[in-house]
Amino acid sequence: MQSGRAIRTAFFERAQKIQSKLMRPRVAGLFVILMFLAAIAPGIALAKDAKNTTKALPTQSLDEQVQEIKSDVLAIAAELSNLEEKLIYPSNTQVAIFVELDADRPVPIDSARLSIDGELVAHHIYTFKELEALSKGGVQRIFTGNLPTGKHRLDVSFTGGRGEANGFELAETFAFDKEVDPKLVGITLGAGVVGNPTLAIENW
Amino acid sequence: MHFLPCRHRFRVVNAALGLAVATFALAVAGVAGRASLASADQAPTRAADPHFREALFYAYQGNFFEALERLDSELAQHYEVDERALDSLYAELADAEFSVGDFELRYRMHLRAGRAIRAVMAAEVPEPVREDAAYRLARLHFQKGQPRAALDALDSIGEAPPKNIRDAITYLRANVLLMLNRPSEAAEALRKIQNSEEFEGFSAYNLGIALLEGGEAAAAVRQLDRGGKIHAKDREAMAIRDKSNLVLGTLLGEAGENQRAQKTFERVRLEGPFSNQALLRAGWSEVTAGQFDRAVVPWTILAERDGTDEAVQEAQLALPFAYSKLNIHSRAAVLYERAASSFGSELGKIEASLGSIRDGNFLEALEREEIRQDRDWVIRLRSLPEAPETYYLVSLIASHDFQSALQNYLDLAEMRRKLLDWQRSLAAFEDMTQVRSRYYAPKIPEIDRRFRQLDAQMRVRLEQRRHLDERLTKMLTAPAPELLATADEQATRSSIENLRSRINRMGDSPGVSRQRKRAERLLGVLSWRLETTYHERLTEVHTHLAVLNSDVKALEEQYARFVRTRQAAAHSYVGYTGPIQNLDERVRIALDAISTIREQQGQVLEEVAIRELERRRERLRAHQNKARFAFADSYDRAAKHRIAP
Repeated sequence: MQSGRAIRTAFFERAQKIQSKLMRPRVAGLFVILMFLAAIAPGIALAKDAKNTTKALPTQSLDEQVQEIKSDVLAIAAELSNLEEKLIYPSNTQVAIFVELDADRPVPIDSARLSIDGELVAHHIYTFKELEALSKGGVQRIFTGNLPTGKHRLDVSFTGGRGEANGFELAETFAFDKEVDPKLVGITLGAGVVGNPTLAIENW
Repeated sequence: MHFLPCRHRFRVVNAALGLAVATFALAVAGVAGRASLASADQAPTRAADPHFREALFYAYQGNFFEALERLDSELAQHYEVDERALDSLYAELADAEFSVGDFELRYRMHLRAGRAIRAVMAAEVPEPVREDAAYRLARLHFQKGQPRAALDALDSIGEAPPKNIRDAITYLRANVLLMLNRPSEAAEALRKIQNSEEFEGFSAYNLGIALLEGGEAAAAVRQLDRGGKIHAKDREAMAIRDKSNLVLGTLLGEAGENQRAQKTFERVRLEGPFSNQALLRAGWSEVTAGQFDRAVVPWTILAERDGTDEAVQEAQLALPFAYSKLNIHSRAAVLYERAASSFGSELGKIEASLGSIRDGNFLEALEREEIRQDRDWVIRLRSLPEAPETYYLVSLIASHDFQSALQNYLDLAEMRRKLLDWQRSLAAFEDMTQVRSRYYAPKIPEIDRRFRQLDAQMRVRLEQRRHLDERLTKMLTAPAPELLATADEQATRSSIENLRSRINRMGDSPGVSRQRKRAERLLGVLSWRLETTYHERLTEVHTHLAVLNSDVKALEEQYARFVRTRQAAAHSYVGYTGPIQNLDERVRIALDAISTIREQQGQVLEEVAIRELERRRERLRAHQNKARFAFADSYDRAAKHRIAP
């Protein structure tokens, strides 16, 4: 039991220190705080030193190697996308369709369907992250494909506000000419003047 | 235009290093997050270039690799354009370069991140753009732990920097000065932004720390009190408010200001990241005041929480201690026994975790995709039934150093996935070019031969048309009716003229003379007809030429289309073998390198995790021993109490 008491004493060293403080005459107010803070200031400094001298994870050289690999992989990615564009989407037939939300009056969209010349080419369901990115000004490339030069028809439909009273479905048709340059088409969704959702399509 | 706050870092609290260090760490984290947030939210306009905005779309989702890939490519294309001023990226080039730096920084590519920013600073750009670049460079140095370089960059900014980053610059300067151990100057800077809505909470808290480090203790207490009462709108602000209250409560409690300490601790949210520490310290503060009965309240709440938390474990031991001080030894004995049992069970978990890590399950658990979909994934690790190896490592995983190493590991895993995917794509590209080659190669020589024939014919016809056009143009000023004669008329004229020549050779008899006159009359009739129908004929020729022009235009279009298609056919398979093989080789080399580094990085993570678990195991063993002995002691006392009431 003696040893048990000794251990208990050691364990509750913290409590006893506090208790011993209780035995000291108390000087209320700011002076004590000042004294205490002055006393702990070196503690903070020491702690800060401890942080600085704490053995860091031995990742420094590894970290540099990782960064180097990232650079290499990014360079490969750039060349690969260049190659992909030349092989799969040559500029004379390339068509890209983008989606953006109105900067001032964004609307919550749930899904999108795109058809070109009557054929479904894209169907997308939006995640929360994507919606957030769109409302901050990001632009989604929803479709990239190939079309011969000439006249084409784009049909788009969007749904939004699912499960809410103001749920909506918008549809629009856009006729465009594909020429020899890459064709960029932009779809903008927003809330109209009276809050009703609007959809606009234009050449970019 | 950039960039996202690193929100999760506010949970980065390394309890092992103690409150003050954690405090300082938070101040540092605050600058990175808030300063980035500032420039993101204050971006005045949207980018116009769709490719730049596409990069932003990925960056805003935290997909920095994809963002960098697109923006690097867009910038490279921009610099290849002959007339850059006509390119849609031209107007926002500086912004795009800044964003590259931001993305690189967020993708933990510090070595490259400064490059783009320095390029902007070195270029001839307007002063506000240069100052913005200097601010970003300073932020980069700060995040890399280079405060002197950061301060140099900040000193290069003039007296009136762009309004949208003015507060962010001041906030960064204050944090740099704190890092340089110049707290008084830091406090002076922080005082200037105390009314900044953007930095509310952070500036208040950091000012408190700066004052504390500067020896202005009373002012620090007032400041932390203010920081602990701010109106917080988001998670970060609530966390920093909790942090202020925790630090202040601890200071007051240790100084004997127990009542004030209690009130301060009560301001910490019960479900926030600092609630366990607050409950623990609130209990100790009550003990300091001799109020053991009151200490029981927070510790009872805390002792019921997740048993892997160090604060909870301390509370499981401290709670029976409080009961023993209240002479409720039987309750103390029960709780000590429960604590010993709980510690035993936790030790079992630690042993299981150690075994699991050594079996390689730890890294697998960290890689699980469904965990990382959630921004609170580190917290969720604790509740995953199939990942016991992570139970005890939540605080370790949340620490900055571990996060950096872990992110590197995860980035390597992600890059490996991409490279393997690309390897398959490259094989498909090679197949594609071979299929195209098999299809086009035999056809193209014959097509080219036929094309050359048609091309020659077309050139002749086009030359004829040009000649006709020239002659008609001349006829507008110098009429030539004979040129508009039909083929029949021309043959008739030729026959009559032949007859007349023959008649002229016959001599001068009356019969011959009559025939000559007849032939001349016929020629006159022909000339008359040509002269009198000249305008109609000219109009008709012009009409036909116009029709011809339209046909020629269609022909030229078709010709151009054919040339493009012919070129496209060749471009669809010629010249790819080299680049594809080269890329394939580079992918293979990168995969080899990733495999090696990933293994090393994984080992580092496992070793750190094992060290942490061993530390926790030692601590738990000590706790368990203490609980066992204290249980025996309390049991004794309870028994004695029953014998001699």
